[in-house]
Amino acid sequence: MKLIFFTCQNSPFRGLGGRDTINNMEKVIVAESLTKRFGHFTAVDHISFEVEKGEIFGFLGANGAGKTTAMRMLCGLSKQTSGKGVVAGFDIASQPELVKRNIGYMSQKFSLYGDLKVWENIELFGGIYGMTDEQIKLKTDELMIKLNFEEERNKLVSSLPLGFKQKLAFSVAIFHNPRVVFLDEPTGGVDPITRRKFWELIYDATAHGITVFVTTHYMDEAEYCDRVSIMVDGRIEALDSPANLKKQYQAKNMDEVFQQLARKAKRVDS
Amino acid sequence: MKQLLSFIRKEFHHILRDRTTMMILILMPIIQIILFGFALTTEVKNTKVAVLATTDDEVTNRIIEKINSSSYFDVVANIHSNDEIQAIFRDAKAKLVIVFEDHFSENLRHNGKAHIQLIADATDPNAATSFTFYVSNIIASYQQELMGTTKNPYQITPEVKMLYNPQMVGAFNFVPGVLGMIMLLICAMMTSIAIVREKEMGTMEILLVSPMKPIYTILSKITPYFVLSAFNFATIMLLSVFVLKVPVAGSFLSLVFVSLLYIFVSLALGLLISTLTSSQLAAMLISGMGLMIPVMLLSGMIFPIENMPVILQWISDIVPARWYISAVKTIMIQGLGISSVLKEVAVLSFMSIVLVTVSLKKFKVRLE
Repeated sequence: MKLIFFTCQNSPFRGLGGRDTINNMEKVIVAESLTKRFGHFTAVDHISFEVEKGEIFGFLGANGAGKTTAMRMLCGLSKQTSGKGVVAGFDIASQPELVKRNIGYMSQKFSLYGDLKVWENIELFGGIYGMTDEQIKLKTDELMIKLNFEEERNKLVSSLPLGFKQKLAFSVAIFHNPRVVFLDEPTGGVDPITRRKFWELIYDATAHGITVFVTTHYMDEAEYCDRVSIMVDGRIEALDSPANLKKQYQAKNMDEVFQQLARKAKRVDS
Repeated sequence: MKQLLSFIRKEFHHILRDRTTMMILILMPIIQIILFGFALTTEVKNTKVAVLATTDDEVTNRIIEKINSSSYFDVVANIHSNDEIQAIFRDAKAKLVIVFEDHFSENLRHNGKAHIQLIADATDPNAATSFTFYVSNIIASYQQELMGTTKNPYQITPEVKMLYNPQMVGAFNFVPGVLGMIMLLICAMMTSIAIVREKEMGTMEILLVSPMKPIYTILSKITPYFVLSAFNFATIMLLSVFVLKVPVAGSFLSLVFVSLLYIFVSLALGLLISTLTSSQLAAMLISGMGLMIPVMLLSGMIFPIENMPVILQWISDIVPARWYISAVKTIMIQGLGISSVLKEVAVLSFMSIVLVTVSLKKFKVRLE
C-alpha cells in the first residue's frame, strides 16, 4: 500500500474577519426574499443574502428565530412559501436533485450510524454520493491519517467520544467534495477547545474551495466566521463581518452585538 | 446501483449487529410453531374412560376389554345410570364416557343393529375429536371381527356427542395461521420500525439531503427483511413437515410463490405504516394493535370466517392474512395447485400494488 503523506499543521487560524483575497467572486448561495410560512406563522420572513465561494458564512439567531428553517429550505429539505433560492448554481425549488448532489449537510442531531464502524459510515456516504470504491478507499486512508483516526477506523461510531463523532460527521459531509456544506449547530455540547479543533477542519475545507454555511449560538464561533448574519423573528437584522458589526454596535465582542439585537425579539421561544 | 448496494449492505449491518432483535426474529417462529403445535396436537395416551352399560354380556365386555387394552385408554369407572355422567365430567374423573344402549347385545343379535354413545369432554376440542375417533375405530375393528365369524351383517353405530364445545373450532389450522401471523409480524413491524428509527435518530435528514432516491431507500429497507422472512418461512416449513408431521399435500412451488407474494404485501404494509408515523413507539402500536389483532381474530386463523357477522366478514376481506391463510390451507392441507388459489393470488397482488403505490406517494422527500 502506498503511504500518503499529509501535512497536519496546515490551516493555521486566519486573522479574525480578514478575508484572503477572493479572486473568483462566484456566488455559491443566493437567497432572494426567501419566505416560509406555517399557517399564519411566518418562520422566515423575506430574507435575502449572498454567499461567495470559499466563504464561511455564520448564521446566528436565538432559538426559534428561523435559522434551521432557512437552512432547510436551502438544502431542499423544506419548500419555500415564496422567494427564490439558488445553491451551487441550481434553483432550490425546481432543481432540488442537482442541489442535493452538490451540497453536504451535517445536522445538529449527531447523524452518523452508531452501529456502523467508522470506515463503514464513510463508505456508505461515499456510495450514496456515487463515488467509486477506488476513490472511497483512497480518500478514507487519507482522512484517517489527517484526523489521526487510524486506531478508530474499525470501531463502532457509537463508542467514540462526541468531539470525535462531530469531526467524523463533518468529514463525511464534505467527503464527496461538495461546493457548499451546511452545518446546523455542528458543535453542540462540546467544550471550547474541542470546538476550536473542529474549526480547524472547517478552515481546511475552505482552503479547498468548499463554502461553509454554519448556524451556531456560540459567540466564540461567530468570531471565526468571515461574515455573520443575525436573525431576529424570522428576519435578518444585521449582516457583516464580525469586525464591522462590533464597530457598528460599539461592542467589545460578538456576544454584545448579539444581545443588543436579540433584545428586539418579540417572538417567545417555543 | 452503487447507491443501492451500499445502502443494502448498511441495512444488513443494522440487523446483524442488533443480536437481540435478530435472535427474536429467528427464534420467534420456532417457538410459536412449537407452542402452537403442542397446544393443538394432543397425543392420546392413557385417557381415562368411564363406561355405562346396563347389561353385563359377552359383546359389551369384549368391546370394553378391547378399549381398555389399547394404549390410548384406561377404563377407570363403571357407572350404572345417566345421572352419574355429569358427575364424572364435573369431577374430571374421565374425559370420555361410553354409553351402551339398553339391551345392547340383544339388539345386535336380533336386529343386527345396536347403538353406542360416546360423550366427550370437548373443553379441549382437538383432544375430544381424537378420543372419539380412536374409540370409533376400535369399535369398527370389533365389528369387522364379528362380521368375519357369522354371516349376518352386524352394525354397531357409534353416535358421537361433543359436550361444551359443539362446533369444534380451529382443528389443525395452526400451521397456515402461524405462517400468516409471523410473516406479517416480522415484515410489517420490523420494516415500519426500521424507517421510523432513521427519522428518530436524525439520520433521515442526512438521507433526504443526499441524492439518494426514495425508491432506493425503500428497496434497501425491504431487502434484508425479505431475506429474513424467506428464512423464517423455510424454518416453519421444516418444523411443520418434520416435527409436527403436517405434510405439504399440494405443490410446494405454489406454496413458495404465494408465500413470497404475501411477504411482499406485508413489507409494503410496514412501509405504509412507517410513512404515516413519526416515532418507533407509534409504529409499534399501530403494527401491534392494528395488525396483530385483526390477523389473530379476523383471518380465519382461530375463528371460521363463515360464522362471523356480515360486517366482520367484510372487514376480514381487507386483512391480507385471511387470503394467505386460505391459500395455504388449500395448497398445504387440501393438496390443490395454484389454479385453485387464483382468487387469493389476485387479491394479494392487487393489495401489494396499492400499498407500494400509496407508500411511495406518501414517502416524504422533504421535512415539514
